[in-house]
Amino acid sequence: MTTDGTAVSTGRGILGYGAYLPYRRLDRKTIAAVAGTGGGKGTRTVASFDEDTTTLGVEAARNTLRATPGVRPRALLFATVAPAYADRTNATAMHAALRLDGSVPAMDATGSVRSAAGLLRLALDGAGAALVVGADIRVGLPGSGDEAAGGDGAAALLVGGPAEGPVLAEYLGGASATAEFVDRWRTPGEVRSKLWEEKFGENNYLAAGRQAWTDALKATGLTADQVDHAVIAGLHGRAVAGLGRRLGVREGVLGDDLAGSVGNTGAAHPGLLLSATLDNAEPGRVLALVVLSDGAEVFLFRTTDALAAYRPTRTVAEQIAGGAPLPYGKYLAWRGLLPVEPPRRPEPARTSSSAAVRSVEWKYGFVGSRDRESGAVHLPPQRVSMTGGNVDDMEPVPTADVLGTVKTFTVDRMAYSPSPPVVFAVVDFDNGGRLPIELTDMDATEVAIGDRVEPTFRRLGTADGIHNYFWKARPVRTARAAEEA
Amino acid sequence: MGSHGIKDRVAIIGMGCTPFVEHWDRGTDDLLIEATTEAFANAGVDKEQVDAYWLGTAQSGMSGLTLAKPLQLQGKPVTRVENMCATGSDALRQAAYAVASGAYDVAMAVGVEKVKDGGFQGLNAFPIPGDGTARTLTAAAMFSMVVPAYGDKYGVSEAEMRDVLSHIAAKNHYNGARNPRAQFRKEIAPEKISAMPKLAGQLGVFDCAGVADGAAAAIVVRAEDAHLYTDKPLYIKALSLVAGNGSGVIDPEYDYTTFREIAACAEDAYRQAGVRNPREELAMAEVHDCFTPTELVLMEDLRFADRGTAWKDVLAGAFDLNGRLPVNPDGGLKSFGHPVGASGLRMMFEAWLQLRDEAPADRRIPADGRKLALTHNLGGYPGDMVSFISILGNELG
Repeated sequence: MTTDGTAVSTGRGILGYGAYLPYRRLDRKTIAAVAGTGGGKGTRTVASFDEDTTTLGVEAARNTLRATPGVRPRALLFATVAPAYADRTNATAMHAALRLDGSVPAMDATGSVRSAAGLLRLALDGAGAALVVGADIRVGLPGSGDEAAGGDGAAALLVGGPAEGPVLAEYLGGASATAEFVDRWRTPGEVRSKLWEEKFGENNYLAAGRQAWTDALKATGLTADQVDHAVIAGLHGRAVAGLGRRLGVREGVLGDDLAGSVGNTGAAHPGLLLSATLDNAEPGRVLALVVLSDGAEVFLFRTTDALAAYRPTRTVAEQIAGGAPLPYGKYLAWRGLLPVEPPRRPEPARTSSSAAVRSVEWKYGFVGSRDRESGAVHLPPQRVSMTGGNVDDMEPVPTADVLGTVKTFTVDRMAYSPSPPVVFAVVDFDNGGRLPIELTDMDATEVAIGDRVEPTFRRLGTADGIHNYFWKARPVRTARAAEEA
Repeated sequence: MGSHGIKDRVAIIGMGCTPFVEHWDRGTDDLLIEATTEAFANAGVDKEQVDAYWLGTAQSGMSGLTLAKPLQLQGKPVTRVENMCATGSDALRQAAYAVASGAYDVAMAVGVEKVKDGGFQGLNAFPIPGDGTARTLTAAAMFSMVVPAYGDKYGVSEAEMRDVLSHIAAKNHYNGARNPRAQFRKEIAPEKISAMPKLAGQLGVFDCAGVADGAAAAIVVRAEDAHLYTDKPLYIKALSLVAGNGSGVIDPEYDYTTFREIAACAEDAYRQAGVRNPREELAMAEVHDCFTPTELVLMEDLRFADRGTAWKDVLAGAFDLNGRLPVNPDGGLKSFGHPVGASGLRMMFEAWLQLRDEAPADRRIPADGRKLALTHNLGGYPGDMVSFISILGNELG
């Protein structure tokens, strides 16, 4: 294994960042009582039954794009270990939900955590603004180390140069160390990853990590004690901890790997850790991101004055604090690891692909229409106005970022749902539109008339292998969102 | 332009109605044969003497063949009608207008639904391919949203609302207990209804219509021919249908305490029939009590009570069997059961019995000289529905 670091002076770097952590938390203490083994201390994040890596990625990307309204990405690059679909692109659903222009390429890199580091490197080496999204739902058999150590989440980094927007953290350079050693593997579609003896992987990762670290410092002309913040992402916990002790950075430089509160979010973790670091970093600081996956990737950045003005839509800390517990049994059911009796109702039919294409702006973009004359908002969009009867005299009304208020609601214990009961609310959106919409990320007893809610992109279900993506609404909970509410 | 109606131009001369129950031993064909056989016998005609047929079914069969084959109709026009839960009513509307037009002398409307072959509880719509964004709520959940909205608007407490809804269900069970054709023939105390676990919003199982198989049929002729067939015809005074534009579910002005389609339909029906004061002029009403809050709101939309006061009238017994205006004397959807395509004709069957003094003595409405009955049948949900109203009378003029 020989590597060389690369120093960069393009001025490219991070233009925006955002993370998304799902609402539910699994207390690891609750695992062993059921599984007989496993668990541990702290909590991990759990994607809701109506989330997959595509929807997690959409939420993270929305957080990033809301914080960078002046930049439109010219490429969408999506990395995950757990793609919702095989044999077709998942980033195209994200592309549609984000309402990116058709000329913006969208593509997946799947299979490993390394995919996420690879896409970040491609974006930093490339041209134009690129949105690099990593999302993962980490699973393992009940009682396994992967189950307890894993976490679910997503992060989206907007990469580009000064021509595209203010650079928050300039990329200084980095290094790669690619290595072939089979320490962890899984056949596609399986829940369980298998592991080789731990020390074997640790040795290989430490070697790769140290090599890439040394090369990156050398290439950028930095020394380890000039690094102000360092974070390491990787699925091999001992290797991550071991490399942390060997970086030679000053006391306090190594950042929290979020293992205790979030868990390891796989392909989302590099972006998540970088986001958490940027949330708290001062201008003019050197940041190091190290990714240990089938070798090592090191990225060095220097924060700029622009960072001080950047307001993340939701900070990582805010999202960590904003979760609510989920019983282990429900967790297992949501991940399909504990098959529970489905509602005795007919299963929904599969979504019509041709109908979905016709309504792509509504189904994915959540765009309604407004009668130019009467101002009446139609959700979904209609050609003929419900007031006055104008035909084809409507303008689009994007509603994905519009808050709403619960006018009335019901809890439906009979409707088919992957996780009954269904909570449905009549929501009056602040743009004048109304839609009866399913609520999510809440308990049925929580909802009240007058509650403020916000749209969130979800997977309503799957029939015949076709995922049905659409929008739900969730309570407004974070501080900033509440402020806007 | 105008909705003129066909007051006193068409008469019902014979009706039939099967029991509405879980007919595990009868299929759609059996139900159709039994309801039509009774109607033919009532009218004193045979299938050859009926010139045209309208078959209402929501999802128990496609096309007129669903009726033509089991009845072995030879060379007859048969049209299948579908308008959600108002299907049976609309079949009668088509048949009546065909006779009024002069196109046919004798026409039959039949409604049928075989719901219990699906293997699931409740009613289940067959899926139409779509983009996956349509609401998936049950009807119970959609109508349950009326309860907090009504209570909130008129200052009726949750406990009072519960008493109102339970009174409606208990009243319909009381009436149904006296109806040999009804699905549920048992009185149920309001306290028991109130104590049921909630399925959707504040609604429990006793707030929901029964789900049953059944069929009902009516034969219509020109009014001037009616006495050739029967001494006691029922004259059609009004037939009104309103299909909503669905705006209620997306219009922030809509508050879930009224059904706009029904208020508009009632206005049209009363105008057709020349009814000015429904509370005084109607002897009875059959209304679409798919859920208890539906019946509550209908009392106001049909102008049986002033806005915001129906709940008091319900509690005072105004719509009980011996009340000011008996509503659902046959037990309603609640107790009679709801075979979708048949229910509208079932409502008219009760008017047929009551206005001809043929209802069993223990559920006969007070004989106080009033000669009109109203049937109201809806399909869909609050904000997104079709509404049908008929007004029938046992005298011309």
